[in-house]
Amino acid sequence: MDLNYSQEDLDFQSEVRTFMKEKLPQHLADRVRGGAEFTKDDVEEWHAILSDNGWLAQNWPKEFGGAEWNAVQRHIFEEEAALASAPRIVPFGLSMLAPVLQKFGSKEQCDHWLPRILNGDDWWCQGYSEPGAGSDLASLKTRAVLDGDHYVVNGQKTWTTLAQHANMIFCLVRTNTEVKNQEGISFLLIDMDTPGIEVRPIVLLDGGAEVNEVWFTDVKVPVANLIGEQDKGWTYAKYLLTHERTNIAGVGFSNAGLQAVKRMAKSEMSGGKPLIENPHFAARIAQVEIDLMAMSLSNLRIVSQAAKGGAPGLEASMLKVKGTIIRQEINDLARRAAGSYALPFASEALEGSNEPSFGPEGAGPVAAQYFNNRKLSIFGGSNEVQREIIAKTTLGRMQ
Amino acid sequence: MNFELTEERQMLQDTLRRFLSDKYDVPTRNAILESDTGMSADLWAQLAELGILGALFSEDDGGFGGAGFDIAVVFEELGRAGVVEPILETCILGGGLIASMGNETQKGLLESIIGGETRLALAHGEPRSRYDLSRIETTYADGKLTGHKAMSLGAPNADHVIISARESGTIYDKEGISLFLVPVSQLEMQATPVMGGGTAADIYLNGVTVTEDMRLGAAGDAFPHLETVFAAAITATCAQTLGGMEGATRLTVEYLQTRKQFGKAIGTFQALQHRLSDMLIELEQARSAVIGAAGYLDADTRLRDRYASAAKNLMGRAGRMIAEEAIQMHGGIAMTQEYELAHLTKRIIMADHMFGDTDHHLERFIALSAA
Repeated sequence: MDLNYSQEDLDFQSEVRTFMKEKLPQHLADRVRGGAEFTKDDVEEWHAILSDNGWLAQNWPKEFGGAEWNAVQRHIFEEEAALASAPRIVPFGLSMLAPVLQKFGSKEQCDHWLPRILNGDDWWCQGYSEPGAGSDLASLKTRAVLDGDHYVVNGQKTWTTLAQHANMIFCLVRTNTEVKNQEGISFLLIDMDTPGIEVRPIVLLDGGAEVNEVWFTDVKVPVANLIGEQDKGWTYAKYLLTHERTNIAGVGFSNAGLQAVKRMAKSEMSGGKPLIENPHFAARIAQVEIDLMAMSLSNLRIVSQAAKGGAPGLEASMLKVKGTIIRQEINDLARRAAGSYALPFASEALEGSNEPSFGPEGAGPVAAQYFNNRKLSIFGGSNEVQREIIAKTTLGRMQ
Repeated sequence: MNFELTEERQMLQDTLRRFLSDKYDVPTRNAILESDTGMSADLWAQLAELGILGALFSEDDGGFGGAGFDIAVVFEELGRAGVVEPILETCILGGGLIASMGNETQKGLLESIIGGETRLALAHGEPRSRYDLSRIETTYADGKLTGHKAMSLGAPNADHVIISARESGTIYDKEGISLFLVPVSQLEMQATPVMGGGTAADIYLNGVTVTEDMRLGAAGDAFPHLETVFAAAITATCAQTLGGMEGATRLTVEYLQTRKQFGKAIGTFQALQHRLSDMLIELEQARSAVIGAAGYLDADTRLRDRYASAAKNLMGRAGRMIAEEAIQMHGGIAMTQEYELAHLTKRIIMADHMFGDTDHHLERFIALSAA
C-alpha cells in the first residue's frame, strides 16, 4: 500500500495545476465560485481552451485525437479543475456518445462525427428517458419504423439536459415490438433541425430550465445514422452507461463545495463568533468531511483498479450512492450556513445577473442549488436502481 | 386529557379547508407566485371576510380565538394548501406585537388588520445576528433609526413595518430594545421574492426619523414581547410545515399507488414501502410536536419555549426527511416547478430559515434545559 501518487502522477498534477493557473479565464472561475449556471458561450470557450491543449477528449484513444489519460490522470484533472473552479466539461458528445461511436460505429461515422465533437461543431444531447420509462428505461416507447433509406421516428423523450443548446441528439428508439423489451431497441443519431422535432423547456423547482421535453412527429432519420445493428441498441446504451460513471463519485465537486461552505461559515457570525467555530455547525462540517475523505480513498482504490484494466461493477454503484449523498449533504450545509439569507428566490443569481445580491458572498444560489441537486440521486440510474444492482450482484454471488 | 378539537375549531378547520380547496388550487397559486406582488389582495379580503384573520386574535383584541390551537388549526390548513400570503407576518408578528404592547390608539389598527385592510411586517433580524433574538445593532437616538435589517418577511407588501432598535445596552443585551411602528413609505428597502413563495426585504435605516407616537410600549422594554410573538410564530410555522408535510406525504402515497415501472406499481416494492412507513412515522412525531408547541403557548415562558424549540428542531429534521424522501420516491416529476410537490417541499425546507433553524433551536433547547 502506498497512499501517495507516483512521481509521474505528481508531475502530471503540477502540469494540470500550472495549466489551470495560466489558461483558466478568471471570468469563468468567478462564475463557478458564484454558483452561476453556464451559458452556451461559456462552455464553448472552456472546451476550446482544453481542445487547443489536447485535453478535451481525455478518455479517447490517441488514434481518434484524444489524450488517452488513464483513470488516475482523469481523477487528478477533475480534482485540480474543481479546486481551480473550472467549469465542468459537458459530457454528452465527449464522454457519452464518443466511446459508443469508437466501439460500435462505422469508420465513416467515426470520421464524420468525432472531429466535429472535438472542434465543437456539434452540441449533443441524450434522448433516453421517457415519461413512462425512467428507472425502467428498457420499457421506452419512442418508435422508429424503417421506410426505405430512412427511419420514421414518433414519440417523446424527457429530462433532456441542455437540449435547448443542442443541434444533435442520440436516441434510444424502439424498432421491434415483437421481442423482449431490451431486444427491440436501436441507437439513432438525429439532427435536431429535422422537421417534426419540437423542444419544450421544463421549468425546474429552482426556477431554472436546464432540461426539456423533446417531441418527435414523423421525423425522418437516414439509415446511415443507425449505430451498429438494428435492435442491438440496449448493448450500446449499457456500454455508454459504464462511461457515464467515470466521474460518478463527484469527489471534485464535493471538495469544492465543502470549501465554499467553510468560506461562508468563516464570514457568517453566530453568537458573536464565526459560524465555523459553532460546535454544532463545526460537527456537521466535520462529519461530512470525514465521509468525504473516506470516499475519496474509495474512489482512488476503484480508479486505480480501473487503471489496471478492471471494470468497476457494483463498486461504481456504491460510489454513485455515497457520492451523491455527500454532495447533497454539502448543499444542505451551504443553505444552513447562509441562515436567513438562503431565503431569496433569485433564479437570476444562477445566470450571473448584475442585480445586487443579499447577504454573505455566495449565499445567493445556495437554496436553488440545494433543490436542484436533489436530481443527483435521481438521474443516471437512481440510487434505488444502484442499490438494486449492489444487492443483486452480492446475493447472486452467494448462490 | 383530550386530543379532540373543540367544535368551534373543528368548524374553523372545515371552513378553511373547504375554502382553500375551492379557491386556492395549484394554477391559482402558481399565478400568484408569478405575479409582481407575490400575493393576492382578493384572496386576502376573502380570508378576512371568512374570519380566518380574526381567529388569530383574542376576543379582547377584537377577534374570536388567538390561542395556540387556533393558530395551529389555521396554519396547518394554510400549509396544506401552500398558501403564500403574509398572514403570519401580519397577524402573528405585527398584530401580536400591537396587541401585546400597543396603546389604545395603536390598538385601533387591530380592527383594520382583522378586517383585511392593513398588513404589517416585523423587521428584527440583522445581517450579523443570524437567529439570535437579542442581538440588535440598529440604534434609536435623537429621534432617528440607524441600522440594517435583514430579510424582513412580508415587508414589501406591508403598510407598516415594526422596527426593533436599541436605545441602551450592548448589542447582546435583552434590555434596551424598543419597537417602532413605521409607515412603509418612510423606509428604503431592497425587496426579493422568497424561495417557496412570499416576499422579504433588507431595510436600510439611514437616520429614519420616527416620532414618539410610533413607539410601541415603554422604552427598552420590547424583548419579552418579542419572545412571546416568536413563540407564536414558531408554532404557526411548525403547523404550516406540518400541513405541507401532510400534503407531500399524500402525494407520495398516490404516486406509489399509480406510477408503474417494471410492469407494476412502484408501491409494490418493499424498499419503497419501508421508506414510506418511515415518512408516516415522522409525520406523527411532527403532529405531536406541533400539538406540544400549541398547547403550551400560553404556559410559563420556560415551558413554552422548551416546547417551541423542541418543535422547531423536530420539524427541521422531520421536514427535511419527508421533503427529500417525497422528492426521491417521485423521481424527476418532483423536480418540476409546476408539480404541487415542488412547492410544498420548498416551503417545508425554507421554513428552516425562519425564526431559528434546527441547530439554533437545539442549542436553545439545551440552554433552556440547563437553566
